[in-house]
Order: sequence, then C-alpha cells, then structure tokens
Amino acid sequence: MNSELIVFLVLSLVAVAAGLGMVFSRNAVYSALFLVLNFITVAVFYLLLGAPFIAMSQITVYAGAIMVLFLFVIMLLGAENLPPTKSLPWQKPLAYILAGILVVESLYLVFLQAQPDMVVTAPGASVNSMESLREMAMTMFNQFLLPFEVTSVLLLVAMVGAIVLTKREKAGQK
Amino acid sequence: MDWTIWVEWIVKGFVLCLILLTGFAYLTLYERRALARMQVRVGPNRAGYQGLLQPIADAVKLIFKEELTPARVYKVVFVLAPVLTVVPSLVLAAVIPLGTSFNFFGREITLYVANLNVGVLYLTSIASIAVYGITLAGWSSNNKYAMLGGIRASAQMISYELSLGLCFAIAIVMSNSMNLVDIVNAQKGMWFAVIQPVGALIFLIVTLAEVNRAPFDMPEAEQELTAGFHSEYSGMKFALFFMAEYQKMIVISMISATLFFGGYREFWFLTDTWNGFFNVDQHWFLGPVYLLLKVVVLLFFMIWIRATWPRIRYDRLMAFGWKVLLPLSLVTVFITAAGILLAQELNNQMYIYSIPVLSIISAMIAVALIFRSLRRKSDGRI
Repeated sequence: MNSELIVFLVLSLVAVAAGLGMVFSRNAVYSALFLVLNFITVAVFYLLLGAPFIAMSQITVYAGAIMVLFLFVIMLLGAENLPPTKSLPWQKPLAYILAGILVVESLYLVFLQAQPDMVVTAPGASVNSMESLREMAMTMFNQFLLPFEVTSVLLLVAMVGAIVLTKREKAGQK
Repeated sequence: MDWTIWVEWIVKGFVLCLILLTGFAYLTLYERRALARMQVRVGPNRAGYQGLLQPIADAVKLIFKEELTPARVYKVVFVLAPVLTVVPSLVLAAVIPLGTSFNFFGREITLYVANLNVGVLYLTSIASIAVYGITLAGWSSNNKYAMLGGIRASAQMISYELSLGLCFAIAIVMSNSMNLVDIVNAQKGMWFAVIQPVGALIFLIVTLAEVNRAPFDMPEAEQELTAGFHSEYSGMKFALFFMAEYQKMIVISMISATLFFGGYREFWFLTDTWNGFFNVDQHWFLGPVYLLLKVVVLLFFMIWIRATWPRIRYDRLMAFGWKVLLPLSLVTVFITAAGILLAQELNNQMYIYSIPVLSIISAMIAVALIFRSLRRKSDGRI
C-alpha cells in the first residue's frame, strides 16, 4: 500500500462525510461550509492526479468565489435556520427512483463495462513543469478558442441580465 | 523518497512561521511608533529599550485576558473563525522565494518552502479562501454590527480580488511564467514596477483593500460598527484576528515585492557594481536582506497611508473597485500584452517602452474622469 492510496482513502472519507453533512445539516451556513470542505478535498484529488492547475482553479473559483457568494446571500437573507417544512409529496418517491437508477447505472459501468486496460493514468514527469501548463493554455486558446469565447459571452449576458432584472427605474428619472 | 527532504521541509516551514510571527510582533511596534511620530507623539517606549519588549508585554496581557464567549453565538463556527483567518495568512508565504540557495554540509538548501509551477494561482486561491474567516466571524457572533462588518468584508474582498487577479496576470505575461522564482529571475534586468508602473500602483491599492487596511478598513469602521467583525471577540481569539491582519500585511508586501519590485534580487543597476558585490547570485545571504528591506519600505507606505488618509465611504469604495480599478487593470493587462507581443513579433525592443507610456496615459485619463464625475455630483447637490 503506497502513501498515495492512503491519502486517497482518507480524503475520500472526508469528501463523502462532507457531502453527507451538507445534505443533512439543517443550518444553511453549515451546509455551505460542508460544501466548501468538499470542494477543497476534490481539489486535493486533482493534485493527486497531477493536475495542479485545475486544483488551484477549483479552489479559487468554487471554494473561493462561488461559495462566498452563497454564504453572502444566505447571511443577507437571514435564511440560515429554515423551519422544518413539509416536503412535497411526490418528491420522496421520485428521489428514490432516481437514486436507484443512478446506483444501477454506476454498478453497470463499473462491473460490466470497465476493461482492465481502462486505467486512468496521470501524465507522469512533465506535470510539475511549466510545459504542461503551457500546453494546456495552447490547447485552450487555439483548439477551443471559440467555446472559450462563447462561454465568456454567455457569462457576460448572464451578468447583464442580472443587472437588468434587479435594477429598478427610479420615478422621475428618465 | 529521501527522509532528509521531509526534515528540510519541516524545518523550513517552522522557520517561515517563526519569521512571520516575529514579524507580526514587531510590525505592531513599528506601526505604533511610526504612527506616533507622524502624530507628534512618542509612542510606546517604556517596556525595554525604546519599547522593544512592548510586543511581548502585549502578548502576555492578551494571553491572561479573560476570554468571553457570548451566550447566543454559534459556538463551533465562532471558535473556528479566528483559526480560518490565521491559517491562510501563514500558508500564503509558502511559495514566496526568500532568496536563492546555499550549501549546507554539501546539501543545497533553497530559500523557499515550495516551488510550484502554478505559484501565482496558489496565491489567488489562498487569498480567495481568506475571506471565510472574517465572514464567518461576523455571522457566528450573532450581532448585527459584527454581521455587517463580515458582509462588508466579503463584498469588498471579492470585488477587489478581480483587479488583484488581473495584476497577477500582468506579472505572468511579463515574466512568461506562473512560477514565482521565474518571475523574480525575469526581473533581473528591470523591475516590473518600472515597465508597468500603473499595474504596480493598482496592485498596491488593491492589496490595501484585501488586507482591510485604511483607507479601506470598512469591515471594522469603529464609528459605525464598533469593531466590526471582531466586536464579540476578546483575549487570544481577538489576538488571532490581529495576528492575521498583520501577517497578511507582511505577506502581501512580500508578494508585491516579488511580483513588481524584483523580489529578493538587487536593484537592477547594482548587478555589476564592485565586481558583483551586491549581486544575489554571488552572495546568497543578500537575498533575504533585500526582501526584508523592500518589505519594510512597503509596510511603511501602508502605515503612512493609514496615518494620512481618511476612510472612504462604503459606496465609493465599491464604485472605486468596480468602475475605476477593474477597467483600468483590464486596460493595463491589454497594453502590457500588446506591447510584449509587438516587441516579439516585430523583433524590436522599443515597443516595450510603449507599455509604461500608454499605461500612464490611461491612468491619467482615469483620474481625470474620476475628478469630472466627482465635480458633477457635487454640483448637483450643493
């Protein structure tokens, strides 16, 4: 058993525990914090797989920016302690059915479809050099330039939309 | 893996923590003495020679102070928040190169803890995590003032992080690397602050907002929010927030020095003076000394600004971040990238000189626009 496997096992326990904690805690702020913990563990998984760039972006974007905004909204609304409400009647059976389908699908994929040579390997030595980063940037800005730009336009549209929706025209002006 | 490398890492991490802790202690003294001088006072000079034992006296006082936990706080988060604030401020320093390397019984010891190829990204990610401590402290105190302080802190830090990221991008573009060691070595010929003065200036302004220093210390504006996010904290928990703020000041000055002021390298014009007497490549011990000098100067600017500038209003702070700094930093990134690309493609180094000229012109246009909009607003009101 090598050290990487031990780290992986411990971290996956943490990740699963954080996920469960997020789902089951009644306080929205605690939920958000569990989710942050989960994101950070996933970032460490990326590090283990030899993708430091994605790991750092994961922390910056998800754990840093998005979850802070979530917390911000929860705190501003004062919605951290929701009273126990009655759940929707059709929600529970539907959830069970969907979860069952997911389990069957993943079992099928793991046990029937997995080939012995389908092991995901981390690209070895070149990972911690500048080259891998440069290569990634080259691919992103040459081969996938159009999707990249389209995504940025999409985000811009979302931003403008949010401003338009929330802006109230003041009476008397314009 | 060799066991000695573990020993090396642990020793380096330990030494780095000690440096930051001592730095924090003496930065408080430095700030109090410098502020006192600017306000024509003497400042703390009783404990020890010239007050040199004052930080220790402060620490003893804070350790023995009664620690209050208000009744209705969210206990776990309330205890966790100071820790979450201190840890990023310590961890940030891991990638900053303090110098080159030296030989220790035949073993080459480098003067940085980690040499990441994504060093700059590491800085942004840890800086973005640093918001949590303050935000959670505000929320868990269950106090309206503390909560407002926490929310202000998170809004402010998120807003200014964008310009911070763009300033990082300027340094990355100019050095062609995300590795902090490479960034420092790329400044061998010329500091980036000389090539891109506007970028360095924006970075210095933004870092003030990121560490919640005056004039951007809205999260703890005492006139409106008592003490902001740490109103309910006392004793060592308060000391942890205090520690985090001053350590962040030190670390962020180290980062500014590394990205724009040549890091541990000597002044670019001193490289060959006296047969390389000042050259870091020849005398490794000069590296930390240069970095220390630069950090002390940058910290002095922070203290100076605190002594002389009034706090700016909260809506102006946000408007300044979003409407002035963000567009201006976007423009400087564009100018920098365009200048470097032109110099590369046309093989003419003269295009590099267009970078400072154009960016200073755009900064002056920005200042003119600010003045115009401020004047128009006051015309309407008065």
